[in-house]
Amino acid sequence: MAKSKPRVKAPKKADKGEVIAIKTLISHKMESGQRKDKKGDLIPRQIINRFTAKFNGESVFEVDIEPAISANPYLQFNMRVEEAGEFEFIWEDDDGSVYTKKQKLDVT
Amino acid sequence: MKALGLKGKTMEDMTRRDALAFAAGLVAITVLPLPVLAAEETAMDEINKFVGGGEAAESGRVTLETPEIAENGNTVPLTVMVDSPMTADDYVKRVLIVADANPRPGVATFHFSPKSGVAEASTRMRLARTQNVIAVAELSDGSFHMAKSMVKVTIGGCGG
Repeated sequence: MAKSKPRVKAPKKADKGEVIAIKTLISHKMESGQRKDKKGDLIPRQIINRFTAKFNGESVFEVDIEPAISANPYLQFNMRVEEAGEFEFIWEDDDGSVYTKKQKLDVT
Repeated sequence: MKALGLKGKTMEDMTRRDALAFAAGLVAITVLPLPVLAAEETAMDEINKFVGGGEAAESGRVTLETPEIAENGNTVPLTVMVDSPMTADDYVKRVLIVADANPRPGVATFHFSPKSGVAEASTRMRLARTQNVIAVAELSDGSFHMAKSMVKVTIGGCGG
């Protein structure tokens, strides 16, 4: 399949103590392992099975993902801002691929 | 001509044919819900595994937002919120989402931390048909809370 492309929408700046919303999406077919091809053979499962959001190396939010999550998995969550730093978002694929994206956050 | 149903008849003037039809109807009623029950049981298994001997109360602390009717079961929006201060000693640890009539009931498990600020997450899920979606939250004090939401699915989301 085409290479998965992660996208993140999070503020670049926030006030200390503010709770910010983070939206993420990655292009992925999320093959459930339930579908059959034209010959009637089961199409093997291939999904993003885990998502991790870290800030300055510490885990903020993680998800164990099952095949019931839609294609191009979308996740929205929050973080309370304590300090400036850098996000790291990690998506893990059944095939062993790992997709990551980093983004900086300033505190005003 | 005999009426097909039992309408307007007492048990006394029920013919043999009526009685058979009535019995067949009863059998159908008892047999049909079984596959649904089986699926619910696996969802229950998932929940039991998650609470590990504990008990999840429908306490109102968990809010599960799903559409009443989903036209396309391939992408059904879902938001779960848990009422919690999200401080270092009082926060939501995990939230399990299951769909009780999907071929596999598990949908996702969200892991929160005090850094999350608020215990709220959204995603999009696949639903094979009309069913209940259940969210179970585990709090840092070891208690479990749950919420249930029924989604009517017009076109199922499991492909061919």
